[in-house]
This record gives sequence, structure tokens and C-alpha cells, in this order.
Amino acid sequence: MSFLKLPWALWRRQIVAVVRLELKKTLFARRGLWIYFLAFAPVLLYAAHSFSMIRTGRRGNFGEDTHIFAAVFQFFYLRLAIFFGCVGIFMNLFRGEVLDKSLHYYFLAPIRREVLLVGKYLSGLLAATAIFCSSTLIQLVASYWYFDSNVIRDYLSHGDGLGHGAAYLGVTLLACIGYGSIFLAAGVVFRNPLVPTLIVLVWETINGFLPPLMQKCSVIFYLKSLCPVSVSASVALHKGNPLALIVVNVNPASAATAILGLLILSVAVLALSSLRLRRMEIEYGAE
Amino acid sequence: MNDVAPDNRIVFEDVSKFYGEVLGVNRVNLSIPPGITSLVGPNGSGKTTLMNLMTGLVEPTRGRISVLGLSPRQPEQLFRQVGYCTQYDSFPRGLTGYEFVYSYLLLFGYAPAQARELSIQAIDRVSLGEAADRPIASYSKGMRQRIKLAQAICHNPTVLVLDEPLNGLDPLIRAETIALFRALAKQGLHLIISSHVLHEVDVISDQVVLLSNGYVVAEGEIRGVRNEIQEQPMQVLIRCNKPGVLASQVFLEDYVVEARVHHDGMGLLVKTRDADRFYLLLNRIAQNGIDIESVAPADDDVLSVYEYLIGTEEPIK
Repeated sequence: MSFLKLPWALWRRQIVAVVRLELKKTLFARRGLWIYFLAFAPVLLYAAHSFSMIRTGRRGNFGEDTHIFAAVFQFFYLRLAIFFGCVGIFMNLFRGEVLDKSLHYYFLAPIRREVLLVGKYLSGLLAATAIFCSSTLIQLVASYWYFDSNVIRDYLSHGDGLGHGAAYLGVTLLACIGYGSIFLAAGVVFRNPLVPTLIVLVWETINGFLPPLMQKCSVIFYLKSLCPVSVSASVALHKGNPLALIVVNVNPASAATAILGLLILSVAVLALSSLRLRRMEIEYGAE
Repeated sequence: MNDVAPDNRIVFEDVSKFYGEVLGVNRVNLSIPPGITSLVGPNGSGKTTLMNLMTGLVEPTRGRISVLGLSPRQPEQLFRQVGYCTQYDSFPRGLTGYEFVYSYLLLFGYAPAQARELSIQAIDRVSLGEAADRPIASYSKGMRQRIKLAQAICHNPTVLVLDEPLNGLDPLIRAETIALFRALAKQGLHLIISSHVLHEVDVISDQVVLLSNGYVVAEGEIRGVRNEIQEQPMQVLIRCNKPGVLASQVFLEDYVVEARVHHDGMGLLVKTRDADRFYLLLNRIAQNGIDIESVAPADDDVLSVYEYLIGTEEPIK
């Protein structure tokens, strides 16, 4: 069957049907409340800081706050909040259904497993993007909220404000794409989510210590390359601190390479997991 | 089993399935024609494994399966022809009965209007119309069983696979469901029904496959085996609000050997020599003021009937 003769219209309808079923479960599940807390914790932090600055009448340092934002984004938001948020969202897409003993309803429908995987991935991606991108946006607002309106206007119209905002949103989206594909695959392959989560966490953490070629087989390498504000300056204050290697890319990839590299990595991981999904059997009794 | 074109049959050719070192089924050769076929055997005999194999939920370790000429590894084609009501009493979270049937119909690629129409038809066929907009989480076991059935038949399949479909149904709904099975079989469908109780399915089956420890021990028309078990008492547990009153009513019948109130006071254990007449009696009683919540064969005795039937040498636990 030629590429054009494939049943694209049917697959599109099936993907929409999967997304429709999954999105509600993913966004409004009670067991996913901790993901919202993780995502919006920095908002609370920035809001409290801004509120206290306004109350005490102190003036902030815009440059310093920009670096603090960059550090929190790289140390906490990317490596912990989005990472574990994606564990919670994407790992549950298949694992959760196996535990709930409801995956067989999908397997008993006339839908290709690859199409099911795409539908599930897109629903997870939509949910993760909605949660984490909205948090990134609110974090930016909460972080700079207490500055004089002229300073903010100048930052947005003459400075890097819009560019930085777009870059942070883009990095957040790409983080969801990258980690999403990895944890969806982990949910298909592994029974115990703890094992793959720990393996990926360790791999991503030691990424800075790895040889250059191996660094490219991680999500964080590309994300660090795309972050608009380097935290190297503040980390450099503590030279000799091995933690510096966690956030600093010695050989960062160009923006185009980073985006393309991450997308290729994600597609490759999804393609491999679709092979596993094709052979997946329903054996709830063994859970 | 009789002459029917191979692509109108469900065929197992030397099929074995092992779960690690545990045997699911071994060296199964079957050719199932249209009509109602019952897979009968005790728990762990391989009934569900056979059903999961023919629907591709598990893959055979060895052998070949075809369903109306299609491989279970072709879900896109297979599940336009096949509906499977599994034994799993579980559902996707947060859906009403209607949403459950409708959402999975959209997966077939139906347009929303057509999916809506098919959902309503299927739900009406299992008499759940009034409860369709309630969350499944609030359903009784019998209602959950019926909504699963609605989901399995909603796309008008040619083959309907039903794993213990009468479990948890009260006598009236059980009778309605059996009538539905008969109607579907009359339309030329394949109905594959599993049960660990021959009594439960013998009245509706055209043929029966008896399974024991993963092997097919007998297959053929139902009439022969039915006569054999007629005299063997079987035990039934009836969950109801007035077990004492029920006991006094059923004990008047000569085919009831024993009636005992369950130790929790909410049910009655009845031993009967004629399950068919006993179920008919229950239908009458259910219409006369006793609230019967469920009727289920009590395992141990059903297993002993089965033991009697297939002549197993191992004691059944």
C-alpha cells in the first residue's frame, strides 16, 4: 500500500478518539494532583518573593532575578518538576491502564497499536504542555511582577524579555516532548516505574560528566543548550564545585541541532516502544 | 463439528500457550462453526486463555489461530468482526455507561452521530437505557456485566466472545440475557461462551468444548453430556434479603435436595438435582416479593459436577 493510500483519515479519527478519552483522565485525575503541586510550586515561591518585596518596599535587581529564574528553571523545574511530572503523566498512559485492568478495551478495538501509541502520547503531551507551559508563563509573571512597569515594558520591548519568555516556553514544551517519549516507552516496557525513573534520573544527572557523544543521548543536553540565560556565571562563583557540570554545557548544541536532536531522539524512542507495544499481551493476573 | 467453509470458522491448529513455565492450554485443535459454542471447565482449565488467544490479547507459544480467516494479529480487520466481553470487572475511570460504549465506538472510526445511535441501540438491547447516564462506578455487578456486553455487541460483530457472561446476573436479567444470546445466534453469529458450570450454558449451546488443565478433553453436541449430569446435584448460592423465606419456598420442590442459610445471613445455599427447573422456580419467586440480588453456582460443587463429567482422577480443591 502506498504512503498516500494509507487510511490517514481513519487514523486521524482514531487518534482524536484516544485523545478525547485520555485527556480527561490525565488532566483531572485525583491521583495526579501532586503533578500540579510540583508544576506550580515555583509560582508560589516567586509570588511570595514579589509580595514580600512590595510589602517591604525594597527594590530588586533585575539581572540578579533573571539569573535566579534561570537557575531555578534548570535546577528544579526541568530536572525535577517536569521530569517527575512526565513520569506521572506518561508512565501512567499504559502502566496505569494495566493496573486499572482497562487496557484490553483498547486492544479489542480495530486500531493499530502504533496509532494507539500516537494517540496516547499526544494526549499526554497536551496535558503536560497545558500544565507546565502555563506554569512557566505564570512563573515569569510572578517573578517580575514587583518591578516597576517601566522596567518591565523596557525588558519586553527593547530587551530580551519576549525572546526569553518564548525560549522558556519552547524549552518547557521540548522537555515534555523528550521526557514524555521516554516515560511512555518506560511504561510500555517496565512493570515497576521506579527502576526506569531512577535509571533516567541518574543518566540525566551525570550527563555533564559523560563523553560528548554520550551526552547527546539525553534530553537534558539539548534542553540546557536551548535555555536562554546561562547559569554558568553564578555557578562560576563557586569554581571547583562539581555541581557546575550539572548545569553548564561545555559544548552546547546550536538551537537548530538541539531542537532537531531532541525531536529525533523522541521519535526514535517512540518507534522502539511501538515495536514492544505490538507484542504486548494482556496479563493482568501477573501484576 | 459440522461442515462449514473454513473462513466461516474459528480454527485452532495445534495451539499451545505457556505463561513462562505455567501451562495455559496445550495442543488445542478446534474448528468452531457458527452457533453457540460453550467452553466449559473449572477455574484454571484454559477457557479464558483460549478466548484471549482468539482475540489476540495473548499470543500462542505454538500453533496457528484464525477467526473467520483472519489472524488475531490483524486487529484492524479482526475487531470489525469480533466483540469480546471479558471477565475483567474493570472500566476506564470516570465514565458513564453511555460514555463508555460511545467513546470506544469512536475508536472504530464511526462518525459521532452513528456512534451515538449504535451506543443507544446496544444499551437498549441489554436493558440499561435508564441507567445509561449514571457513572459505571455506581452500577451493581449485574449492570456492569451488561454494560460490558453492550460494549461488546455495539458494533454488530459476527463473532461474539463472552467470558462468564452470566456471572452476577439476577434470574430475570439472566433469562433476558440468554434470550439475547439466542436471538444473536439465530442471526448467524458465532457465540463463544465460557462457563465453569455446564448447567448454566447447556440449554442454549449448540456445541460444547470441555477443558481440563489446559487440554480439550471432549467436544461435541451438548445433548449427550446434558443427560449425564441430570442426576448430579449442584449447589447454588442465592444472595437475597429474605433467605429464610426463600428456603421455605424452594424446599417444597422435590428436586431441591438441601437448603442452607449462608453463614452471613444474607444468602441461601441450595443443592438441587435439576438446575433448569430450579432457575425457573427462582424466576417466579423473584417476581413475588423476594429481592434476589444475585445467583451464582457455588464453586466446590460445580467443580465436583465437572469432575464427575470428565472423570478426572485428581481431587479438585
